[in-house]
Amino acid sequence: MSPSAIQVSTGAPLIACNGLRKEYRMGSEVVHALDGVSFNIGEGELISIMGASGSGKSTLMNMLGVLDTPTSGGLHIEGNDIAKMNRDDLARLRNHTLGFVFQNFNLLPRTSAVENVKLPLMYGNLHGFNADERAKECLELVGLGDRMDHHPNQLSGGQQQRVAIARALVNGPRIILADEPTGALDYKTGKEILQLFRKLNESGITMIIVTHDQEVGEFCDRQLVFRDGKLLSDSNNLQSMGAAE
Amino acid sequence: MSIIKCFQIAFIALRLNALRSLLTMLGIIIGIASVIVMVSISDGAQQQIDERINSLGTNMLMVRPGSSFFGGRRGGAGSAPPMTETDVSVLKELNFVEGVSGYLRSSGAMVFSGTNWQAEVAGIHPDYIDVRQWEIEEGRNFTEREVKTGGKVALVGQTIINELFSGNDPIGQRFRIKNIPFTVVGTLKGKGQSSWGQDQDDIVMVPISTHRMRVSGRRSSASVNSVGSISLTVDPGFDISEAEEEIKYVMRDKRKISPGSEDNFSVRNLSEFIEARSATQRTLGVLLAATAAISLVVGGIGIMNIMLVSVTERTKEIGLRMAVGARGIDILNQFLVESVVLCLVGSVIGIGIGFGLTELIGSLGEWPVLIKSTTILIAVGAAAFVGVFFGFYPARRASQLDPIDALRTE
Ligand SMILES: Nc1ncnc2c1ncn2[C@@H]1O[C@H](COP(=O)(O)OP(=O)(O)O)[C@@H](O)[C@H]1O
Ligand SMILES: [Mg+2]
Repeated sequence: MSPSAIQVSTGAPLIACNGLRKEYRMGSEVVHALDGVSFNIGEGELISIMGASGSGKSTLMNMLGVLDTPTSGGLHIEGNDIAKMNRDDLARLRNHTLGFVFQNFNLLPRTSAVENVKLPLMYGNLHGFNADERAKECLELVGLGDRMDHHPNQLSGGQQQRVAIARALVNGPRIILADEPTGALDYKTGKEILQLFRKLNESGITMIIVTHDQEVGEFCDRQLVFRDGKLLSDSNNLQSMGAAE
Repeated sequence: MSIIKCFQIAFIALRLNALRSLLTMLGIIIGIASVIVMVSISDGAQQQIDERINSLGTNMLMVRPGSSFFGGRRGGAGSAPPMTETDVSVLKELNFVEGVSGYLRSSGAMVFSGTNWQAEVAGIHPDYIDVRQWEIEEGRNFTEREVKTGGKVALVGQTIINELFSGNDPIGQRFRIKNIPFTVVGTLKGKGQSSWGQDQDDIVMVPISTHRMRVSGRRSSASVNSVGSISLTVDPGFDISEAEEEIKYVMRDKRKISPGSEDNFSVRNLSEFIEARSATQRTLGVLLAATAAISLVVGGIGIMNIMLVSVTERTKEIGLRMAVGARGIDILNQFLVESVVLCLVGSVIGIGIGFGLTELIGSLGEWPVLIKSTTILIAVGAAAFVGVFFGFYPARRASQLDPIDALRTE
C-alpha cells in the first residue's frame, strides 16, 4: 500500500458518530445495544474499543463498517452521511474504504489463500491493481508468501487471520475494522497479529480494534471503553507511552 | 465484475459440490435429452412426409368421375359419366398443363416361360411416367402411336423383373398377360413402398387403349373410351389452385353441367391428402414437444430447489461477500450465473444423451429421425431460459439479504 495515496479530508474527521443509537426489539423488551454514542476518529489512529461482553462493541463495529444501520443518530464516514447512502453506495464504501477482520476469520472454505485475498478486488478495484500480483503482495506483507495456494483448513489460526488481514488490505483501504481479531488465537500469535496491525497503522491505515482484552487495549494509542451501550471513557495511551520512553 | 469472472466463480462453486450439482442437473439432462429425442422423431416424420409430398409432385392434379374423391361416394362414381379420351385431349389443350394421362387398373395373371405371377396391370398414356414421377430405367416409353393402335407392349417394374423374369434383362422378351402376348420395351426404376405400405414396383404398364380393349375386358358402351382417372401436371410457374379452378370450369362445360348443379367429377391436389396426415403428425409433434417441455419445467423446479438450498447454506458466504463490497446485483449475478451454468452443463450432457438415444431409436426402431441444428440451439436456449427463470427467485433472495444478518448466521 502507499500511504501517500491516502488523502486527509479537509477538516472533517474520518469517522464521526453523533448520538448513535441501536435498539433490538425482543418481543416486548427493547435492548439498547448502543445508547447514544458520540465520538470522532481521525485519520491514522490506532484505536481500541473495549468493554465487557454484551457492552455493544460488535454492534458499534457493525455500524462503523456500514454492515448495519443505526436506529437513530448520525454517522459520517469520510465526511459523508451514511443515512443518505443507498445499499450500493454502502457496498462501494465497504469495498473502497473499509477492510474487515473478524474474530473467526470468515475465509471462504476450500478456496486458496490467494483467491480469498482477491475477493474484494472482484467487486471493485479502485486503484486498478493487477489482482494476482496485488494479492500476492499483500500475502507477502502479512508473512504468508509461502502459503499462497493453501486452503484455510491447511492453515493455523494465526495464518488464517493473516490471510483475512491480507484480504482486508488488498483494496488499499483507509480504515481497517477488526472485531476481536486475537480472540481465537493463542497469546503469542495474538501478539504477532497486533504487531502487524501496528505496522499497518504506521503505513497510514486507521486501525479500529474491538477487544475485551486489557492488554490489547493498552497496546493501542487510544481506548474507547463501553458499558451497556454507553461510552464510558475515551483515553489516550500516548502520554503514558511517551512517559515510559 | 466481468461476466467471465462470474462464470469462473460459478464453475468453482459447482465443482465444490460436484455430486450435488450432477444430481441437480439430472432433471435438466433428462429434459434436454427428451427435447432432442422427441423433436428429432417428429422432425424425422415431418421430413418423410415432405419427401412423400415432393415425390408425388406438388404440381400434380387428379381428375376423377364422381363428386367425392375420398370417403362416402355421394352420387356415386358409378353413376357419373367416366373420364374419356376426349377429356384427356381437352385437358392437353390447356396451356398450363404439362402432361396428362389416364389411368386404368386391373389385376392380371401373367406368364413368362413357365413362371406365373399376379400383379397390377396399369393402362396409361406416355405422359404418365413423367406426371407420376416414374423413370424409365432401360429401354423406352410407349409411343403415341402404340397408344393409338393398341400396341402390345409393356413397361415392367422391378418386382416383376425379379419375380417373373428371375432378375434377367426383360427388354425384348415376350410374356403373356391374361393370355395375350406382350413385348417388354422398357423397365421402370424402383420406387419402393408407398406410404400405405404397398410395393409400387409390382406393376406392369401397358398402353391405355390396349388395356381398355384387352386387359380390363369391359366392353360396355359407357367404357368404350374410358380412361379411369386422369392425372396431370401443371406448369410449375402456374398457380395450382388457379389451375384447379380452370380445369373445373372446362370440365363442367365439356360435361354440360348446368349452372347450379353439382360437379359429377372432382379435381384434387394429391398433396392435400398427405397434408392431412401431416397435420396429424404435427399434432403428435406438439404433444411430444409438450412432454419434453414439462420435463424441462420439472428439471427447472429441481434447479430452483437446489439453488434455494444453496443460498440458505451459503448465507454466511453471501454476508462475507457483501462485507467486502459485493452489491446486490453482484450476488444476484453470481447465483443466476450458477443456475444458468448448471442448466447449460446439463444441456450439453443432455444433448449428448439425446443424440445417442435418437440414433439408437433411428437404427433399432427403423424410425425416421432427423437431428437439426436448430433443435440443438432450441435445447440450449431452453436450458439457459430455465436457468434464468428458475434461478431468478433464489438469486434475488440472496441479493436482498441484509449484510449483517447474513454474516451472523452460522
Ligand atoms: N441481532 C441482535 N438481536 C438482539 N439483540 C442483539 C443482537 N445483537 C446484539 N444484541 C444485543 O445487544 C447487546 C450488545 O451486543 P454486542 O454488540 O454483540 O456486544 P459485545 O460485542 O460487546 O459483546 C447485547 O445485549 C446483545 O444481546
Ligand atoms: Mg462482540
